[in-house]
Amino acid sequence: MPDTFSFGIDPLTCHAWNHDHSQLALSPNNHEVHVYKWSDGKWKLSDVLAEHVQRVTGIDWAPKSNRIVTCGVDRNAYVWTLQPDGKWKPALVILRINRAATCVKWSPLETKFAVGSGARLISVCYFEQENDWWVSKHIKKPIRSTVTCIDWHPNNILLACGSSDFKARVFSAYIKEVDEKPNATSWGSKMPFGNLMAEFSNGSGGWVHGISFSASGEKVAWVGHDSSISVVNAADGSKLTTLKTDSLPFVTLTWIKENNIVVAGYDCSPAVFSYDGENVVLIARLDDSETKQQQGSKFSAMKHFRSLDNRATVESNDTTLETVHQNTVTQVTIYAGTKANCTKCSTSGIDGQLVIWDLRSLENSGSNSA
Amino acid sequence: MAKNTGSSAFRRVDVDQFSEEKYEEEAVAEDEANGPNETDIQRILNEGRNFDALLHALNTAPLSTKNQLVKERVVQTVLKVLLTFKSNEIDVAVKSLDQPQLDLLMKYIYRGFEYPSDGSSAQLLTWHEKVFSVGGLGCIIRVLTDRKRV
Repeated sequence: MPDTFSFGIDPLTCHAWNHDHSQLALSPNNHEVHVYKWSDGKWKLSDVLAEHVQRVTGIDWAPKSNRIVTCGVDRNAYVWTLQPDGKWKPALVILRINRAATCVKWSPLETKFAVGSGARLISVCYFEQENDWWVSKHIKKPIRSTVTCIDWHPNNILLACGSSDFKARVFSAYIKEVDEKPNATSWGSKMPFGNLMAEFSNGSGGWVHGISFSASGEKVAWVGHDSSISVVNAADGSKLTTLKTDSLPFVTLTWIKENNIVVAGYDCSPAVFSYDGENVVLIARLDDSETKQQQGSKFSAMKHFRSLDNRATVESNDTTLETVHQNTVTQVTIYAGTKANCTKCSTSGIDGQLVIWDLRSLENSGSNSA
Repeated sequence: MAKNTGSSAFRRVDVDQFSEEKYEEEAVAEDEANGPNETDIQRILNEGRNFDALLHALNTAPLSTKNQLVKERVVQTVLKVLLTFKSNEIDVAVKSLDQPQLDLLMKYIYRGFEYPSDGSSAQLLTWHEKVFSVGGLGCIIRVLTDRKRV
């Protein structure tokens, strides 16, 4: 059974976990970031980070250095560090963008972070010790529209980005001040900063809503507004495989095993797909088993009296969805485990809920094809 | 005053054309394809092979061409094919199509709604229902998002 937590009626735009998921940072569709601590079986609000002046669009929590980075529509990003007195202190990062920031991610070694923006560029930021501030470098060409999503390769150098110009790209974000010279990967050997390593389009239109490198970095998968899931395997000559699904578009995804991805979006229900080198296939819907089993005929009597109680109506014209989430899922993140082996993942939605899904039950029900 | 301030022609300049951030559609290699030959389609329909006519039309659809006239003409041809089907034949036909063909068919169904004639909407709605039951919501979404218009 998935664990559901409700954080009110406002949509949850984004969320991030600390290293042991004892703390949660999320944004209720406004300029604030709320930090919750788990205590006594409940999430207790421990801090409100209110430095942004417009809506927060991305949050990422670095597990080892325990820093939070946030970005917002106000064209700014802040790096928050925990002070000894328990308060979070913000440090402004000058991104030098003239449009909203859309997404932010710490690099695997947490020495830099990348911010996508509507200014059609990615700001890669690193900390300069001499001046005690964060410096940003831009990746511009050949991005032609808003950068909607980004994800780092495990080697801390390569960056995948999806954009509303219908393309998914892999760039090098090598910064000589903080990075060692990288070894060659399946994506290429020359990686100067801003170099376009690969560019993909799945042939039909649709903004790229979410993108993710697999645990090894050999594969990159993205989801588009044409209800498709695409996977590129760099180890196999950059072969592109696309699955056009029959659901509403997905907006977020993450790898949970070397060959499995979990996706979620406008159909309000996460699903697990598997890539075997040739095809992308659906292997499980995380929402299916539990809720359907409870739909017995006795349920309708209870529903009838409940709607009578709540709304003084005898109509069984319920607008409740059968899925756990009652509205679009905005983000799916790994809760426990890694991209190589994720045991639990969490989803936040426009319905104000945060749900934690147990992926181990997938293996038990025999749908494990990793 | 040296400047002519009487003319308000400047108000009709489309400033977005000059914006350096304007998104330029990728130049796709234009296809010379003109779509299915109408006489061929008519001949196949006369032989009563409705499904073959549909397949031929779908396989020769002019997706890459920028010529609007060609596209309009082909829409009329496909519409004619769709309306020739009897209601009970539609189900079988839809089940024999593969995914790209299904998406393409859904595009033509929506285009067909733009040219209503006697009883055409009802027939198209039947087509829509059958294609939707196989293609699902994703099929409809792709009609909206695919850059290759029909």
